[in-house]
Amino acid sequence: MAGNNNSRTMRINLKVWRQKDRNAGGSLVDYSLDTVSPDMSFLEMIDVLNEKLIGKNEEPIAFAHDCREGICGSCAMVIDGEPHGPQTGTTTCQLHMRTFSDGDTIVVEPFRAKAFPVLKDLVTDRSALDRIQAAGGYVTVATGNAPDGNAIPIGKNIADLAMDAAACIQCGACVAACRNGSAMLFVSAKVSQFALLPQGQAERERRVSRMVWQMDEEDFGSCTNMGSCAAACPKEIKVENIARMNREYGKAMLFGHEAKQAVED
Amino acid sequence: MSQGILRYLSSTIGRKYLMAISGLVWTLFVLTHMLGNLLIFAGSDLYNFYSYKLISNPLIYLAEAGLVLFIGLHATTGISLKLRNMRTKPSLYAVTPKSAKGASLSSKSMIWSGTITLVFLVLHLITFKYGTHYDTTVDGIQMRDIYKLVIECFAQPGYVAWYTFCLILVGLHLYHGVASSFQTLGISHPKFNSAIKGFGWAYSIVVAVGFLAVPFYVFFVKG
Repeated sequence: MAGNNNSRTMRINLKVWRQKDRNAGGSLVDYSLDTVSPDMSFLEMIDVLNEKLIGKNEEPIAFAHDCREGICGSCAMVIDGEPHGPQTGTTTCQLHMRTFSDGDTIVVEPFRAKAFPVLKDLVTDRSALDRIQAAGGYVTVATGNAPDGNAIPIGKNIADLAMDAAACIQCGACVAACRNGSAMLFVSAKVSQFALLPQGQAERERRVSRMVWQMDEEDFGSCTNMGSCAAACPKEIKVENIARMNREYGKAMLFGHEAKQAVED
Repeated sequence: MSQGILRYLSSTIGRKYLMAISGLVWTLFVLTHMLGNLLIFAGSDLYNFYSYKLISNPLIYLAEAGLVLFIGLHATTGISLKLRNMRTKPSLYAVTPKSAKGASLSSKSMIWSGTITLVFLVLHLITFKYGTHYDTTVDGIQMRDIYKLVIECFAQPGYVAWYTFCLILVGLHLYHGVASSFQTLGISHPKFNSAIKGFGWAYSIVVAVGFLAVPFYVFFVKG
Protein backbone atom coordinates (compact mmCIF):
# COMPACT_ATOMS: atom_id res chain seq x y z
CA MET A 1 0.00 0.00 0.00
CA ALA A 2 2.91 2.33 0.68
CA GLY A 3 3.66 4.87 -2.01
CA ASN A 4 0.18 4.72 -3.43
CA ASN A 5 -0.30 8.44 -2.97
CA ASN A 6 2.68 9.33 -5.11
CA SER A 7 1.15 8.20 -8.36
CA ARG A 8 -2.41 9.19 -7.55
CA THR A 9 -3.83 12.51 -8.73
CA MET A 10 -7.17 14.02 -7.83
CA ARG A 11 -9.83 15.95 -9.65
CA ILE A 12 -10.87 19.00 -7.65
CA ASN A 13 -13.73 21.35 -8.50
CA LEU A 14 -13.52 24.82 -7.06
CA LYS A 15 -15.95 27.65 -6.55
CA VAL A 16 -13.81 30.70 -5.86
CA TRP A 17 -14.96 34.19 -4.87
CA ARG A 18 -13.83 36.64 -7.56
CA GLN A 19 -14.07 40.34 -6.87
CA LYS A 20 -12.34 42.98 -8.98
CA ASP A 21 -11.70 45.53 -6.25
CA ARG A 22 -12.93 46.96 -2.97
CA ASN A 23 -16.00 48.60 -4.44
CA ALA A 24 -17.02 46.01 -7.02
CA GLY A 25 -19.54 43.26 -6.38
CA GLY A 26 -18.25 39.69 -6.43
CA SER A 27 -19.44 36.18 -7.20
CA LEU A 28 -18.38 32.54 -6.99
CA VAL A 29 -16.69 31.32 -10.19
CA ASP A 30 -16.28 27.62 -11.10
CA TYR A 31 -12.88 26.12 -11.89
CA SER A 32 -11.64 22.55 -12.06
CA LEU A 33 -8.24 20.91 -11.89
CA ASP A 34 -7.60 17.33 -13.05
CA THR A 35 -4.09 16.70 -11.82
CA VAL A 36 -4.00 17.77 -8.18
CA SER A 37 -1.43 15.88 -6.12
CA PRO A 38 -2.64 14.86 -2.64
CA ASP A 39 0.70 16.11 -1.34
CA MET A 40 0.13 19.68 -2.52
CA SER A 41 -0.77 22.28 0.05
CA PHE A 42 -4.00 24.18 -0.57
CA LEU A 43 -2.00 27.24 -1.66
CA GLU A 44 0.10 25.17 -4.08
CA MET A 45 -3.12 23.92 -5.60
CA ILE A 46 -4.22 27.55 -6.16
CA ASP A 47 -0.73 28.29 -7.58
CA VAL A 48 -1.31 25.53 -10.16
CA LEU A 49 -4.73 26.95 -10.98
CA ASN A 50 -3.23 30.43 -11.36
CA GLU A 51 -0.53 29.13 -13.75
CA LYS A 52 -3.34 27.69 -15.81
CA LEU A 53 -5.28 30.98 -15.74
CA ILE A 54 -2.21 33.01 -16.70
CA GLY A 55 -1.59 30.56 -19.58
CA LYS A 56 -5.09 31.32 -20.82
CA ASN A 57 -4.51 35.06 -20.40
CA GLU A 58 -7.01 35.29 -17.57
CA GLU A 59 -6.59 37.22 -14.33
CA PRO A 60 -5.08 34.92 -11.63
CA ILE A 61 -6.83 34.58 -8.27
CA ALA A 62 -5.46 37.09 -5.76
CA PHE A 63 -4.74 35.59 -2.34
CA ALA A 64 -2.49 36.58 0.54
CA HIS A 65 0.43 34.35 1.50
CA ASP A 66 3.90 34.74 2.92
CA CYS A 67 5.77 32.17 5.02
CA ARG A 68 3.83 29.07 3.92
CA GLU A 69 4.92 27.36 7.13
CA GLY A 70 2.01 28.20 9.36
CA ILE A 71 3.44 31.06 11.41
CA CYS A 72 2.79 34.35 9.61
CA GLY A 73 -1.00 34.36 9.49
CA SER A 74 -1.23 35.74 5.95
CA CYS A 75 -3.06 32.92 4.17
CA ALA A 76 -6.52 34.01 5.20
CA MET A 77 -9.37 32.38 3.31
CA VAL A 78 -12.54 30.50 4.11
CA ILE A 79 -12.66 26.95 2.76
CA ASP A 80 -16.04 25.23 2.75
CA GLY A 81 -17.38 27.71 5.29
CA GLU A 82 -14.44 27.38 7.68
CA PRO A 83 -11.52 29.81 8.07
CA HIS A 84 -8.34 27.91 7.08
CA GLY A 85 -10.44 24.88 6.10
CA PRO A 86 -11.71 21.78 7.84
CA GLN A 87 -8.56 20.61 9.64
CA THR A 88 -8.29 21.84 13.24
CA GLY A 89 -5.21 23.77 14.37
CA THR A 90 -4.00 24.23 10.79
CA THR A 91 -3.44 27.28 8.60
CA THR A 92 -4.44 27.18 4.92
CA CYS A 93 -0.80 26.84 3.82
CA GLN A 94 -0.40 23.75 6.00
CA LEU A 95 -3.64 22.20 4.80
CA HIS A 96 -2.92 19.45 2.28
CA MET A 97 -5.07 18.26 -0.56
CA ARG A 98 -5.11 14.73 0.91
CA THR A 99 -7.61 16.17 3.41
CA PHE A 100 -10.09 16.25 0.48
CA SER A 101 -11.41 13.46 -1.73
CA ASP A 102 -11.14 12.94 -5.46
CA GLY A 103 -14.00 14.76 -7.16
CA ASP A 104 -14.76 17.12 -4.24
CA THR A 105 -16.21 20.55 -4.88
CA ILE A 106 -14.56 23.10 -2.60
CA VAL A 107 -15.96 26.60 -2.00
CA VAL A 108 -13.31 29.27 -1.33
CA GLU A 109 -14.33 32.68 -0.01
CA PRO A 110 -12.57 35.64 1.60
CA PHE A 111 -12.83 36.30 5.36
CA ARG A 112 -16.12 38.09 5.91
CA ALA A 113 -16.52 40.89 8.45
CA LYS A 114 -17.31 44.61 8.30
CA ALA A 115 -13.85 45.30 9.71
CA PHE A 116 -12.13 43.23 6.97
CA PRO A 117 -13.09 44.82 3.63
CA VAL A 118 -12.31 42.65 0.58
CA LEU A 119 -9.58 44.30 -1.53
CA LYS A 120 -9.57 41.74 -4.34
CA ASP A 121 -10.75 38.11 -4.69
CA LEU A 122 -9.59 36.42 -1.46
CA VAL A 123 -7.48 39.32 -0.16
CA THR A 124 -8.90 41.30 2.76
CA ASP A 125 -7.63 44.38 4.56
CA ARG A 126 -7.00 43.25 8.12
CA SER A 127 -5.04 46.30 9.24
CA ALA A 128 -7.72 46.93 11.89
CA LEU A 129 -5.96 44.25 13.95
CA ASP A 130 -2.67 46.18 13.63
CA ARG A 131 -4.35 49.32 14.94
CA ILE A 132 -5.71 47.43 17.95
CA GLN A 133 -2.24 46.07 18.62
CA ALA A 134 -0.72 49.56 18.31
CA ALA A 135 -3.28 50.93 20.79
CA GLY A 136 -1.81 48.95 23.67
CA GLY A 137 -0.31 45.60 22.74
CA TYR A 138 3.24 46.36 23.80
CA VAL A 139 5.49 46.55 26.84
CA THR A 140 7.80 49.38 27.80
CA VAL A 141 11.39 48.19 27.92
CA ALA A 142 14.27 50.19 29.38
CA THR A 143 17.21 50.53 27.04
CA GLY A 144 20.70 49.49 28.06
CA ASN A 145 22.09 46.07 28.83
CA ALA A 146 19.73 43.13 28.53
CA PRO A 147 18.64 42.07 32.02
CA ASP A 148 19.57 38.63 33.29
CA GLY A 149 16.88 36.23 32.05
CA ASN A 150 16.73 34.46 35.40
CA ALA A 151 16.38 37.64 37.44
CA ILE A 152 12.57 37.59 37.09
CA PRO A 153 11.12 34.32 38.36
CA ILE A 154 8.13 33.08 36.34
CA GLY A 155 6.40 29.80 37.15
CA LYS A 156 6.39 27.18 34.41
CA ASN A 157 2.57 27.00 34.32
CA ILE A 158 2.27 30.80 33.97
CA ALA A 159 4.97 30.88 31.30
CA ASP A 160 3.08 28.13 29.42
CA LEU A 161 -0.23 30.03 29.59
CA ALA A 162 1.44 33.21 28.32
CA MET A 163 3.17 31.26 25.54
CA ASP A 164 -0.11 29.63 24.48
CA ALA A 165 -1.70 33.10 24.20
CA ALA A 166 1.37 34.46 22.39
CA ALA A 167 0.95 31.73 19.75
CA CYS A 168 -1.71 33.98 18.12
CA ILE A 169 -0.51 34.85 14.60
CA GLN A 170 -3.07 37.64 14.10
CA CYS A 171 -4.58 35.90 11.08
CA GLY A 172 -8.14 37.02 11.89
CA ALA A 173 -9.72 33.54 11.60
CA CYS A 174 -11.56 34.20 14.90
CA VAL A 175 -13.23 37.26 13.36
CA ALA A 176 -14.01 35.32 10.18
CA ALA A 177 -15.57 32.43 12.11
CA CYS A 178 -17.57 34.60 14.52
CA ARG A 179 -21.22 35.15 13.65
CA ASN A 180 -20.84 38.63 15.15
CA GLY A 181 -17.54 39.53 13.49
CA SER A 182 -16.00 39.91 16.94
CA ALA A 183 -12.23 40.15 17.46
CA MET A 184 -12.35 39.27 21.14
CA LEU A 185 -10.31 36.06 20.83
CA PHE A 186 -7.51 37.98 19.13
CA VAL A 187 -7.58 40.89 21.58
CA SER A 188 -7.84 38.57 24.56
CA ALA A 189 -4.81 36.56 23.42
CA LYS A 190 -2.74 39.74 23.15
CA VAL A 191 -4.03 41.05 26.51
CA SER A 192 -3.39 37.69 28.21
CA GLN A 193 0.08 37.23 26.82
CA PHE A 194 1.23 40.36 28.65
CA ALA A 195 -1.10 40.36 31.66
CA LEU A 196 0.24 36.99 32.74
CA LEU A 197 3.88 38.06 32.78
CA PRO A 198 5.73 40.44 35.14
CA GLN A 199 6.98 42.45 32.15
CA GLY A 200 3.42 43.31 31.19
CA GLN A 201 2.35 44.76 34.54
CA ALA A 202 3.39 48.38 33.93
CA GLU A 203 0.76 49.00 31.20
CA ARG A 204 -1.66 46.33 32.35
CA GLU A 205 -4.80 48.46 32.88
CA ARG A 206 -4.06 50.90 30.11
CA ARG A 207 -3.43 48.07 27.65
CA VAL A 208 -6.73 46.25 28.09
CA SER A 209 -8.72 49.50 28.13
CA ARG A 210 -7.21 51.00 25.00
CA MET A 211 -7.20 47.77 23.02
CA VAL A 212 -10.88 47.16 23.78
CA TRP A 213 -11.84 50.74 22.88
CA GLN A 214 -9.87 50.52 19.63
CA MET A 215 -11.57 47.18 18.89
CA ASP A 216 -14.97 48.87 19.31
CA GLU A 217 -13.92 51.75 17.07
CA GLU A 218 -12.87 49.33 14.33
CA ASP A 219 -16.37 47.91 13.78
CA PHE A 220 -15.82 44.54 15.39
CA GLY A 221 -18.83 42.88 16.98
CA SER A 222 -19.36 41.80 20.57
CA CYS A 223 -18.79 38.35 22.03
CA THR A 224 -21.79 36.08 22.58
CA ASN A 225 -19.74 33.19 23.99
CA MET A 226 -20.49 30.76 21.17
CA GLY A 227 -16.93 29.49 20.86
CA SER A 228 -16.73 29.32 17.04
CA CYS A 229 -13.58 31.49 17.21
CA ALA A 230 -11.59 29.03 19.29
CA ALA A 231 -12.80 26.11 17.16
CA ALA A 232 -11.53 27.86 14.01
CA CYS A 233 -8.25 29.19 15.46
CA PRO A 234 -5.25 27.60 13.69
CA LYS A 235 -3.19 28.18 16.84
CA GLU A 236 -5.92 26.77 19.13
CA ILE A 237 -6.18 29.87 21.33
CA LYS A 238 -8.72 29.11 24.07
CA VAL A 239 -11.84 31.11 25.05
CA GLU A 240 -10.49 31.19 28.63
CA ASN A 241 -8.44 34.12 27.33
CA ILE A 242 -11.66 36.04 26.66
CA ALA A 243 -12.72 35.48 30.26
CA ARG A 244 -9.29 36.75 31.37
CA MET A 245 -9.71 39.86 29.21
CA ASN A 246 -13.18 40.43 30.69
CA ARG A 247 -11.62 40.14 34.13
CA GLU A 248 -8.77 42.52 33.26
CA TYR A 249 -11.17 45.05 31.76
CA GLY A 250 -13.44 44.90 34.82
CA LYS A 251 -10.50 45.41 37.15
CA ALA A 252 -9.31 48.38 35.08
CA MET A 253 -12.85 49.83 35.19
CA LEU A 254 -13.24 49.49 38.95
CA PHE A 255 -9.71 50.03 40.26
CA GLY A 256 -7.67 51.44 37.38
CA HIS A 257 -5.51 54.54 37.70
CA GLU A 258 -3.86 54.28 34.29
CA ALA A 259 -7.26 53.84 32.70
CA LYS A 260 -8.59 56.97 34.36
CA GLN A 261 -5.65 58.79 32.84
CA ALA A 262 -6.52 57.26 29.45
CA VAL A 263 -10.01 58.74 29.70
CA GLU A 264 -8.60 62.19 30.37
CA ASP A 265 -6.05 62.00 27.52
CA MET B 1 -14.33 58.72 37.79
CA SER B 2 -18.00 58.48 36.86
CA GLN B 3 -17.21 59.55 33.32
CA GLY B 4 -14.57 56.83 33.25
CA ILE B 5 -17.04 54.18 34.42
CA LEU B 6 -19.53 55.25 31.73
CA ARG B 7 -16.92 54.94 29.02
CA TYR B 8 -16.17 51.42 30.22
CA LEU B 9 -19.81 50.39 30.53
CA SER B 10 -20.76 51.68 27.08
CA SER B 11 -18.11 49.53 25.36
CA THR B 12 -19.01 46.11 23.99
CA ILE B 13 -17.54 44.36 27.04
CA GLY B 14 -19.17 46.85 29.42
CA ARG B 15 -22.58 46.26 27.88
CA LYS B 16 -22.00 42.52 28.23
CA TYR B 17 -21.34 43.05 31.95
CA LEU B 18 -24.74 44.76 32.21
CA MET B 19 -26.36 41.91 30.29
CA ALA B 20 -24.76 39.32 32.55
CA ILE B 21 -25.62 41.04 35.84
CA SER B 22 -29.23 41.87 34.87
CA GLY B 23 -29.59 38.36 33.46
CA LEU B 24 -28.38 36.80 36.69
CA VAL B 25 -30.86 38.87 38.72
CA TRP B 26 -33.68 37.48 36.58
CA THR B 27 -32.17 34.02 36.72
CA LEU B 28 -32.50 34.11 40.51
CA PHE B 29 -35.99 35.59 40.25
CA VAL B 30 -37.34 32.86 37.96
CA LEU B 31 -36.06 30.20 40.36
CA THR B 32 -37.84 31.74 43.37
CA HIS B 33 -40.97 32.31 41.26
CA MET B 34 -40.89 28.66 40.18
CA LEU B 35 -40.46 27.42 43.76
CA GLY B 36 -43.41 29.61 44.84
CA ASN B 37 -45.54 28.15 42.07
CA LEU B 38 -44.86 24.63 43.32
CA LEU B 39 -46.88 25.50 46.45
CA ILE B 40 -49.90 24.69 44.29
CA PHE B 41 -49.23 21.06 45.19
CA ALA B 42 -49.77 22.00 48.85
CA GLY B 43 -53.34 23.09 48.17
CA SER B 44 -55.33 26.27 47.54
CA ASP B 45 -55.07 27.80 51.02
CA LEU B 46 -51.29 27.72 51.27
CA TYR B 47 -50.94 28.88 47.64
CA ASN B 48 -53.23 31.85 48.17
CA PHE B 49 -51.66 32.68 51.52
CA TYR B 50 -48.17 32.75 49.97
CA SER B 51 -49.42 35.09 47.25
CA TYR B 52 -51.13 37.28 49.87
CA LYS B 53 -47.96 37.47 51.98
CA LEU B 54 -45.95 38.48 48.91
CA ILE B 55 -48.18 41.26 47.65
CA SER B 56 -49.08 42.66 51.07
CA ASN B 57 -45.42 43.32 51.87
CA PRO B 58 -44.61 46.95 50.96
CA LEU B 59 -41.12 45.87 49.82
CA ILE B 60 -42.80 44.19 46.85
CA TYR B 61 -42.92 47.57 45.07
CA LEU B 62 -39.17 47.94 45.42
CA ALA B 63 -38.63 44.39 44.15
CA GLU B 64 -40.98 44.98 41.20
CA ALA B 65 -39.28 48.24 40.31
CA GLY B 66 -35.92 46.47 40.43
CA LEU B 67 -37.12 43.67 38.17
CA VAL B 68 -38.56 46.13 35.64
CA LEU B 69 -35.32 48.11 35.69
CA PHE B 70 -33.16 45.03 35.17
CA ILE B 71 -35.24 43.52 32.40
CA GLY B 72 -35.30 46.90 30.66
CA LEU B 73 -31.52 47.07 30.91
CA HIS B 74 -31.16 43.47 29.74
CA ALA B 75 -33.41 43.95 26.73
CA THR B 76 -32.04 47.32 25.62
CA THR B 77 -28.36 46.31 25.90
CA GLY B 78 -29.17 42.96 24.26
CA ILE B 79 -30.90 44.59 21.32
CA SER B 80 -28.22 47.28 20.94
CA LEU B 81 -25.48 44.62 20.83
CA LYS B 82 -27.49 42.50 18.39
CA LEU B 83 -27.91 45.50 16.06
CA ARG B 84 -24.19 46.17 16.27
CA ASN B 85 -23.37 42.53 15.52
CA MET B 86 -25.67 42.50 12.51
CA ARG B 87 -23.77 45.50 11.18
CA THR B 88 -20.30 44.07 11.91
CA LYS B 89 -21.09 40.74 10.20
CA PRO B 90 -23.09 41.68 7.12
CA SER B 91 -23.01 38.19 5.58
CA LEU B 92 -22.11 34.62 6.43
CA TYR B 93 -20.62 32.09 4.02
CA ALA B 94 -21.98 30.21 1.03
CA VAL B 95 -21.36 26.92 2.82
CA THR B 96 -22.22 25.96 6.39
CA PRO B 97 -19.38 23.91 7.92
CA LYS B 98 -19.97 20.16 8.03
CA SER B 99 -18.00 19.68 11.23
CA ALA B 100 -19.22 20.71 14.66
CA LYS B 101 -17.43 24.07 14.62
CA GLY B 102 -20.73 25.94 14.66
CA ALA B 103 -22.36 27.52 17.67
CA SER B 104 -25.11 25.84 19.73
CA LEU B 105 -28.78 26.38 18.87
CA SER B 106 -29.29 28.02 22.26
CA SER B 107 -26.49 30.56 21.74
CA LYS B 108 -27.61 31.42 18.20
CA SER B 109 -31.26 31.95 19.17
CA MET B 110 -30.81 34.20 22.24
CA ILE B 111 -32.35 37.24 20.53
CA TRP B 112 -35.44 35.23 19.53
CA SER B 113 -35.86 33.25 22.74
CA GLY B 114 -35.38 36.53 24.60
CA THR B 115 -37.85 38.53 22.51
CA ILE B 116 -40.57 35.88 22.73
CA THR B 117 -39.97 35.56 26.47
CA LEU B 118 -40.43 39.33 26.84
CA VAL B 119 -43.73 39.18 24.93
CA PHE B 120 -44.75 36.23 27.07
CA LEU B 121 -43.83 38.16 30.22
CA VAL B 122 -46.14 41.05 29.33
CA LEU B 123 -49.04 38.73 28.44
CA HIS B 124 -48.33 36.70 31.57
CA LEU B 125 -48.70 39.78 33.76
CA ILE B 126 -51.98 40.66 32.00
CA THR B 127 -53.30 37.11 32.48
CA PHE B 128 -52.39 36.69 36.14
CA LYS B 129 -51.25 39.84 37.96
CA TYR B 130 -53.84 42.04 36.23
CA GLY B 131 -56.26 39.17 35.51
CA THR B 132 -59.68 38.36 36.98
CA HIS B 133 -59.79 39.12 40.69
CA TYR B 134 -61.56 36.37 42.66
CA ASP B 135 -61.90 36.68 46.42
CA THR B 136 -61.46 34.05 49.08
CA THR B 137 -60.97 33.90 52.84
CA VAL B 138 -58.15 31.98 54.52
CA ASP B 139 -57.96 31.90 58.35
CA GLY B 140 -60.38 34.81 58.48
CA ILE B 141 -58.28 37.02 56.20
CA GLN B 142 -59.86 38.16 52.96
CA MET B 143 -57.45 37.74 50.03
CA ARG B 144 -57.22 37.20 46.30
CA ASP B 145 -58.07 33.66 45.09
CA ILE B 146 -55.21 33.42 42.58
CA TYR B 147 -55.45 29.63 42.84
CA LYS B 148 -58.86 29.68 41.15
CA LEU B 149 -57.53 31.80 38.26
CA VAL B 150 -54.54 29.46 37.75
CA ILE B 151 -56.81 26.39 37.61
CA GLU B 152 -59.09 28.20 35.15
CA CYS B 153 -56.26 29.19 32.82
CA PHE B 154 -54.52 25.84 32.78
CA ALA B 155 -57.77 24.02 32.05
CA GLN B 156 -57.58 25.43 28.49
CA PRO B 157 -55.47 23.25 26.17
CA GLY B 158 -54.52 26.23 23.97
CA TYR B 159 -53.15 28.16 26.93
CA VAL B 160 -51.22 25.13 28.22
CA ALA B 161 -49.63 24.67 24.76
CA TRP B 162 -48.58 28.36 24.55
CA TYR B 163 -47.27 28.33 28.12
CA THR B 164 -45.28 25.14 27.42
CA PHE B 165 -43.78 26.63 24.25
CA CYS B 166 -42.73 29.78 26.09
CA LEU B 167 -41.25 27.94 29.06
CA ILE B 168 -39.17 25.71 26.76
CA LEU B 169 -37.80 28.93 25.24
CA VAL B 170 -37.06 30.28 28.72
CA GLY B 171 -35.12 27.08 29.40
CA LEU B 172 -33.25 27.43 26.10
CA HIS B 173 -32.42 31.05 26.95
CA LEU B 174 -31.12 30.07 30.40
CA TYR B 175 -29.13 27.14 28.99
CA HIS B 176 -26.79 29.51 27.18
CA GLY B 177 -27.32 32.55 29.40
CA VAL B 178 -26.42 31.19 32.84
CA ALA B 179 -23.09 29.61 31.89
CA SER B 180 -22.31 32.46 29.51
CA SER B 181 -22.70 35.13 32.19
CA PHE B 182 -19.91 33.51 34.21
CA GLN B 183 -17.60 33.77 31.18
CA THR B 184 -18.64 37.39 30.58
CA LEU B 185 -17.91 38.34 34.18
CA GLY B 186 -14.50 36.71 33.87
CA ILE B 187 -15.27 33.70 36.07
CA SER B 188 -13.52 30.94 34.20
CA HIS B 189 -11.00 28.29 35.07
CA PRO B 190 -10.21 25.02 33.29
CA LYS B 191 -10.88 23.24 36.57
CA PHE B 192 -14.41 24.63 36.92
CA ASN B 193 -15.58 25.35 33.37
CA SER B 194 -17.28 22.02 32.80
CA ALA B 195 -18.98 22.37 36.20
CA ILE B 196 -20.21 25.87 35.26
CA LYS B 197 -21.59 24.52 32.00
CA GLY B 198 -23.25 21.63 33.83
CA PHE B 199 -24.71 24.05 36.36
CA GLY B 200 -26.24 26.17 33.58
CA TRP B 201 -27.66 23.06 31.95
CA ALA B 202 -29.14 21.75 35.23
CA TYR B 203 -30.48 25.19 36.19
CA SER B 204 -32.32 25.65 32.90
CA ILE B 205 -33.88 22.20 33.12
CA VAL B 206 -34.92 22.58 36.77
CA VAL B 207 -36.54 25.97 36.09
CA ALA B 208 -38.38 24.86 32.94
CA VAL B 209 -39.55 21.54 34.39
CA GLY B 210 -40.57 23.20 37.67
CA PHE B 211 -42.72 25.79 35.90
CA LEU B 212 -44.23 23.20 33.54
CA ALA B 213 -45.14 20.87 36.41
CA VAL B 214 -48.00 23.24 37.33
CA PRO B 215 -49.95 23.34 34.00
CA PHE B 216 -49.40 19.62 33.43
CA TYR B 217 -50.67 18.84 36.93
CA VAL B 218 -53.69 21.08 36.53
CA PHE B 219 -54.53 19.91 33.01
CA PHE B 220 -53.90 16.19 33.25
CA VAL B 221 -54.37 15.36 36.93
CA LYS B 222 -56.94 17.84 38.16
CA GLY B 223 -58.71 18.35 34.83
